Amino acid sequence: MDSLISLIIFLVLLTLGYFIGRRREKRHYQSILEREKEYADMIILHEKKPPPGTSIPYVLVTGSVVVSSDYFKTFIAGLRNLVGGRVSAYESLLDRARREAILRMKEQARALRCNTVANVRIVTTSLSQGGKNQLGTVEVLAYGTAMVFIPEANKPAGPVRLGAQSKPVQRRV
Amino acid sequence: MIVTSIETIPGYRIVKHLGLVQGSTVRSKHAGKDILAGLKNIVGGELTAYTELLEESRNEALDRMKTQASSIGANAVLNVRLATSAVTAGAAELLAYGTAVVLERVDG
Repeated sequence: MDSLISLIIFLVLLTLGYFIGRRREKRHYQSILEREKEYADMIILHEKKPPPGTSIPYVLVTGSVVVSSDYFKTFIAGLRNLVGGRVSAYESLLDRARREAILRMKEQARALRCNTVANVRIVTTSLSQGGKNQLGTVEVLAYGTAMVFIPEANKPAGPVRLGAQSKPVQRRV
Repeated sequence: MIVTSIETIPGYRIVKHLGLVQGSTVRSKHAGKDILAGLKNIVGGELTAYTELLEESRNEALDRMKTQASSIGANAVLNVRLATSAVTAGAAELLAYGTAVVLERVDG
């Protein structure tokens, strides 16, 4: 009887995780895509040195997000662990978190009226320790230096090169 | 005080290097929020309480770094790096570190 009850609880959690988790993920992806379009004109660079033609303020901006996987994903990933290979359940979770963190960093930069963020770094940290083979809770942090880039300041090479880099990367959802 | 993740700032010259400065803080979560987060583990998604907590702690770490920098006479911290690590279950350390320098405006 006890095992039956625990089986029912397990199945209920699994279906809850599957349906609610999927709906939330879909909604989140929709909002990410919308906001990515809105912030598509912002230049994000990995270069350590600011490109020529930039001006103050050079301010540190950060964006972070803490996400957790749902019950269904944890279960599927646990199964996947037996045979190895791509864990697509977690791939989408981390992809989502990373894009959200970058968007938040861009929001902060725009609030400072900046249009460029240089030397962007992305750090992922697992916050749940102890759970065996479990991803659980993850923090993704994106940070960089916000600045104002003026295209007129140097016509020859800068803007063309930067424009090519600023194209948003469209990924399969 | 200027705090950036880049190594040099156009229009400014580094007059003096003062070495590494750092600031860190260890925070743990409120038990009530922890239980709520446990429930969130079933349906997944963002844990807003944790995001805010870490954001707050990170600002605290940055503030401590700035305090240390100004105490040794710096007016800027360059090449700042941020790191987060889970110390134990329920507590995280937020660390910010960078190079303290004295900057001077270059005219023209």
